[in-house]
Amino acid sequence: MSVLTFGQAINAGLRKAMDQDPKVVLMGEDIGKLGGVFRITDGLQKDFGAHRVIDTPLAEAGILGTAVGLAYRGYRPVVEIQFDGFVYPAFDQIVCQVAKLHYRTRGAVSMPLTIRVPFGGGIGSPEHHSESPEAYFTHTSGLRVISVSNPQDAYTMIQQAIASNDPVVFFEPKRRYHTKGEVDEEAELSTALPMGRARVAVEGTDATLVTYGPLVPTALDAATAALDDGVSLEVIDLRSLSPLDYEPLVASVRKTGRLVIAHEAAQSGGLGAEIAAGITERCFEYLEAPPIRVTGFDIPYPPSKLETHHLPDLDRILDGVDHVLGRPYAFRAQEAGA
Amino acid sequence: MDIELLSLITEEGRRVPNEILDPWVTDVDTGQLADLYQDMVVIRRIDAEATALQRQGELALWPPLLGQEAAQIGSGRALRADDFVFSSYREHGVAYCRGVGLDDLVRVWRGNTFSGWNPFAVNMAVPQVIIGAQTLHATGYALGIQHDGADAAAIAYFGDGATSQGDVNEAMVFAASFQAPVIFFCQNNHWAISEPVGLQAHAPLAGRAAGFGIPALRVDGNDVLAVLAATRIALDRARAGGGPSYIEAVTYRMGPHTTADDPTRYRDANELEDWAAKDPIDRVAALLESEGMLTPELQAEVAAAADAAAQGLRAGCLGLHDPVPMDVFTHVYAAPHSELDRQRASYEGYLASFEAVGSEGNS
Repeated sequence: MSVLTFGQAINAGLRKAMDQDPKVVLMGEDIGKLGGVFRITDGLQKDFGAHRVIDTPLAEAGILGTAVGLAYRGYRPVVEIQFDGFVYPAFDQIVCQVAKLHYRTRGAVSMPLTIRVPFGGGIGSPEHHSESPEAYFTHTSGLRVISVSNPQDAYTMIQQAIASNDPVVFFEPKRRYHTKGEVDEEAELSTALPMGRARVAVEGTDATLVTYGPLVPTALDAATAALDDGVSLEVIDLRSLSPLDYEPLVASVRKTGRLVIAHEAAQSGGLGAEIAAGITERCFEYLEAPPIRVTGFDIPYPPSKLETHHLPDLDRILDGVDHVLGRPYAFRAQEAGA
Repeated sequence: MDIELLSLITEEGRRVPNEILDPWVTDVDTGQLADLYQDMVVIRRIDAEATALQRQGELALWPPLLGQEAAQIGSGRALRADDFVFSSYREHGVAYCRGVGLDDLVRVWRGNTFSGWNPFAVNMAVPQVIIGAQTLHATGYALGIQHDGADAAAIAYFGDGATSQGDVNEAMVFAASFQAPVIFFCQNNHWAISEPVGLQAHAPLAGRAAGFGIPALRVDGNDVLAVLAATRIALDRARAGGGPSYIEAVTYRMGPHTTADDPTRYRDANELEDWAAKDPIDRVAALLESEGMLTPELQAEVAAAADAAAQGLRAGCLGLHDPVPMDVFTHVYAAPHSELDRQRASYEGYLASFEAVGSEGNS
């Protein structure tokens, strides 16, 4: 076991994948000499060469489109999109090409791309640097979508994503890059929890709290705080956003009868809506209260001095928990309006 | 900006010298010219037969290549088996050169599938519908060739309309930055559905390349020999590590954009007549005739090849099997996806429920 930051864990995972497979190439803006604006690829160009860690021109569609061509040639490109809000110029190539080529060619052409996207807010950034665009990608058939929440998963799942023959959009919670955690660098990928599976992070009995990426540590804090208040929360870290792993969710909700879903992304049409619908379909007769979403508002990501109002925090999540528990002092604003 | 239009065979079918192109076609004797002639006649016949199949309701749609035979055969015949083609949806002539089967040419257009062939069997990607997207794929593939240390090349086919797309311009930036062995082959057929080339550019499209630091040639796209020579020049540069090239093949879309289009709404019949006089096949026929090669035997041979291709296409088209319902779910992912698997199982059960009802009714 070694203690690594989240960012170091991804770096170590990338390094291992590159060591094991010469077809793995990294592409992105400023990822070479600089090591990326978040230093996630620090030192990799020096060790693997400029032909495998490629500083690209500033054109996201160009990066994704050339990655598609490299995949045609048998490479496994790992693309870094510098910030969440910069992914949109590449959206056409991702949706129309990356996601569809395997289907279009009836399996003849695989697109084993990994698209790394630092995402989410909470770091006081200017516009376009704090977004949560994951629902665009979970709505796109042909993509797998991942969001990691801790250094161990970051280390393991980046390797699983690269090994996947399907394209993977890999969301990294940038405000957690400096979080430290124990990472087992010797662990075999074959024995790790598969990439498409969720994990019960904390077991509990009174209500289920499901989230992913940057809000997982917040949810763990919420479970601790709730326990002080006599409430036993079960926290589920989704890890995979496409596909959603309903098995542990269903088991949990059948046990607790209450569900809170939290994410930074805007509420309408978001993953919370999908999970609420999926759980209602599967667990209607077990539910003691309507599932509740605690999310960012339906607004463009706000200026940094306002972002704490937008981002679900410990208190808003606990308010949601109070609400599904039917506690009289729960703030009624959580309730759906007419 | 004035950029010379290079040619080797005039509209009247006269062979003219050109110091840039001539050295690259010294091996092309009249026998090989006759082969190129046959290719063009055959692909025009295939194109006409596919249009007829659409009119008869056997194809959902067809984008005709009529008028662009020289641009496609001349470039397609310059390529090696290990080169890789990324085309748009009108390059039936290039696909023919790559060895794509006749039924595979129309599979997509019958609505059976999105891909007529396995790209790796013929080293040609399946038709790209998003305008210009394939230029980036060709550039990326060329980067892979470069990483592999191979001497193959990638070639991207696109039209005059595509030159306005960001993808095409980004592809040229990437290709130039990394000196990728890729050819940007622009068939300027003067029309993007109803929009004339003047709406995309105020100067010859070949002029764009200079701004990216990419050498360009502007050739008569209805001159199969000039196109062959220009493509060989670009391929040689790519194989020698000289980086990307840009070719503007000036041609004309004699037919509609697709069988769903009505060009009489937007273009002048006179323009069509002007271009009919520049026909790519007629001029080679005239040249062969002047050299005494257009014998009755050759004409009979070419006609027989065209007839056989048309019959093969029709039979292949009518012989295509409809996909089975559950194919709708196949190949979305390379590995199992729990949510899609659930939907597949559910729909399978739903379909089976009708069969169960049907069999009860029969008993």
